Amino acid sequence: MTILLTNARLIDPEALTVTEGSALIEGGLIAALGDMTAPKGATIIDCGGKCLAPGIVDWGVKVGEPGERHKESFRSAGLSAAAGGVTTIVARPDTNPAIDTPETLEFVTRRAAESPVRIHHMAALTKGRQGREMTEIGFLLDTGAVAFSDGDHVVEDTKVLSRALTYARSLGALVIGHPQDPGLSRGAAATNGKFASLRGIPAVNPMAERMGIDRDLALIEMTGVRYHFDQITTARALPALQRAKANGRDVTAGISIHHLALNEFDIGDYRTFFKLTPPLRSEDDRVALVAAVASGLIDVVGSMHTPQDEESKRLPFEEAASGAVGLETLLPAAMRLYHSGDLTLPQIFRALALNPANRLGLPQGRLAAGAPADLVLFDPDAPFVLDRFTLKSKSKNTPFDGTRMEGRVLSTWVGGVRVFGE
Amino acid sequence: MAFRARHLLGIEHLTPEDIRSVLDLAETYVDLNRRTVKQSDVLAGMTQINMFFENSTRTQASFELAGKRLGADVMNMSVAQSSVKKGETLIDTALTLNAMHPDLLVVRHPSSGAVNLLASKVNCAVLNAGDGRHEHPTQALLDALTIRRAKGRIQRLTVAICGDVAHSRVARSNLILLGKMENRVRLIAPPTLMPPGVQEFGCEIFDDMRAGLEGADVVMMLRLQKERMDGGFIPSEREYFHRYGLDGDKLSCARPDAIVMHPGPMNRGVEIDGEIADDINRSVIQEQVEMGVAVRMACMDLLARNLRAERGAQAVGVMV
Repeated sequence: MTILLTNARLIDPEALTVTEGSALIEGGLIAALGDMTAPKGATIIDCGGKCLAPGIVDWGVKVGEPGERHKESFRSAGLSAAAGGVTTIVARPDTNPAIDTPETLEFVTRRAAESPVRIHHMAALTKGRQGREMTEIGFLLDTGAVAFSDGDHVVEDTKVLSRALTYARSLGALVIGHPQDPGLSRGAAATNGKFASLRGIPAVNPMAERMGIDRDLALIEMTGVRYHFDQITTARALPALQRAKANGRDVTAGISIHHLALNEFDIGDYRTFFKLTPPLRSEDDRVALVAAVASGLIDVVGSMHTPQDEESKRLPFEEAASGAVGLETLLPAAMRLYHSGDLTLPQIFRALALNPANRLGLPQGRLAAGAPADLVLFDPDAPFVLDRFTLKSKSKNTPFDGTRMEGRVLSTWVGGVRVFGE
Repeated sequence: MAFRARHLLGIEHLTPEDIRSVLDLAETYVDLNRRTVKQSDVLAGMTQINMFFENSTRTQASFELAGKRLGADVMNMSVAQSSVKKGETLIDTALTLNAMHPDLLVVRHPSSGAVNLLASKVNCAVLNAGDGRHEHPTQALLDALTIRRAKGRIQRLTVAICGDVAHSRVARSNLILLGKMENRVRLIAPPTLMPPGVQEFGCEIFDDMRAGLEGADVVMMLRLQKERMDGGFIPSEREYFHRYGLDGDKLSCARPDAIVMHPGPMNRGVEIDGEIADDINRSVIQEQVEMGVAVRMACMDLLARNLRAERGAQAVGVMV
């Protein structure tokens, strides 16, 4: 099937350009871009001058399978992703049980067929995410794991971690770390400072993140492993990352959109939908991290989609579960940074699509001839008020409920097939 | 009359006018409580439920007595031993009680913000009797009344709050109240027990107790909250007492007429020397307990007035 998308603003995150033109889709791939006439038999879709960008590659999505399917299934996550312009989900292994054997990985790979968008899987770095023994990294790679992560569990034993990293290096596997000093951050539900002190919420010094990064960077230098920090959220951690990159270490870093769009004061009167891991930071940190995304120091922005049911959030703040859903709000939340003038649209899609795809060795994330036709058509200016009960996700724990947002997804294509919109 | 709020969840939301009106009304209850017949009927026919998710003897007794002296039907629920153990959530417990149509709910809970959460789910007045390390508003109000009676005013005083500030809801509520009433507040604690960023509230921070007590009109000691500590905040109790325990020597740094306060229960020999605590010329600790009942009566009286006014307005609305 041949489709010509005409009259679009083409967002190219590689060239960092926005141009007006058309995109031709053939055989599930982007066949050509620019000004062209429709080939014979092509379906013509007028984009009405809206933005066409590579579909989002959302790295770090929690799907509740296995173990918590009532919170999110592959099907509901996929529908939610399609509605949010996410064409590739990279799922987290912090399920119950963890995805730490080829057998569980095969199970979720089969289950993922229910999703209308592409799904890749990460596997656990240590068995049961316990930090004691490495998983069968080789078998898991053969079964299709794209990266290895213990989620927000930090491997505390550096001997275990150094062995796992050395082994992973020999196989060329990508390892993802959660940079937090486990001692300092134990029991914390907010970031140290005036706000947490006033509210009486147990808090962690932001230095815990830098300590986590410093430790991991030493191990990266020692082992030479390919490494990615899932979330760097504090300004004090950035110089260490910058030095490591300048010294040629094979290291990248991400951040969740919530840490770029919100700060600690949004917790307000103990609103548990704003309880995240790591906790929301100060406004100074938020501003520094937005600048780091603009400069490219922070490579990847994702939703860190973490579905939680009502019961696990309707609790006192300290006891409530942490995490927020984000597949459907990732794009409109990112548009805040576009409308504030902090980031351009190509910069946003570099962090949402191009960089994560490149880092994971996926062909997606580009708006170029020959790339898969995974596309999102969106209107960056369309305003709406978010009602959490309209979300397609099974869980409705979004911090943006009732928020005025701008940026609506009009259509989403995966491999040239429309999975959302009309 | 000021104080229009539905609930009393913290000092944070009160104005200086609100605070003064509570203290003025409490004065009348101090007089009532000193009579032989201590009965009033301002809460007659109303139901007060005390829900303590954390063990407490003193505060619960104070609230119970306050309610009974105002003529309310008072019920104590020791939630710490009951349905919560069976897995019921805080909100379900609240909804269950709400269905019994209480008028006043007095709640203490070990998690910060838990009382705010509960207040959003019920349609009676909620009184925060302490939530985690967040606020304990009636304690701050009774401290203010005690200070006002001893010093003749509750502004332009230098108040030193000493001890385990980090784990103390009493310190937070007092800090906010004393700041609103334009006093100089000093916090004295070992750095491990000082909450981060607290200097931004406009108080002075000391880790040397003698320097902090210099010229203080009021010395407010805090209890070392061993149950909230997850280990290793201080090296030992005897070193803590040596450096931060209030004894005659350290107290001599404060003004000669400085009063000594403690929210209780005291750890004698840990944060306060027994002799100081019992010195009737300096210590107002027993007076604090007496003021506690009066202040709680005043708070419940004011909340009940607001509740009646609100319900009255609704009833009129129905008839029209």
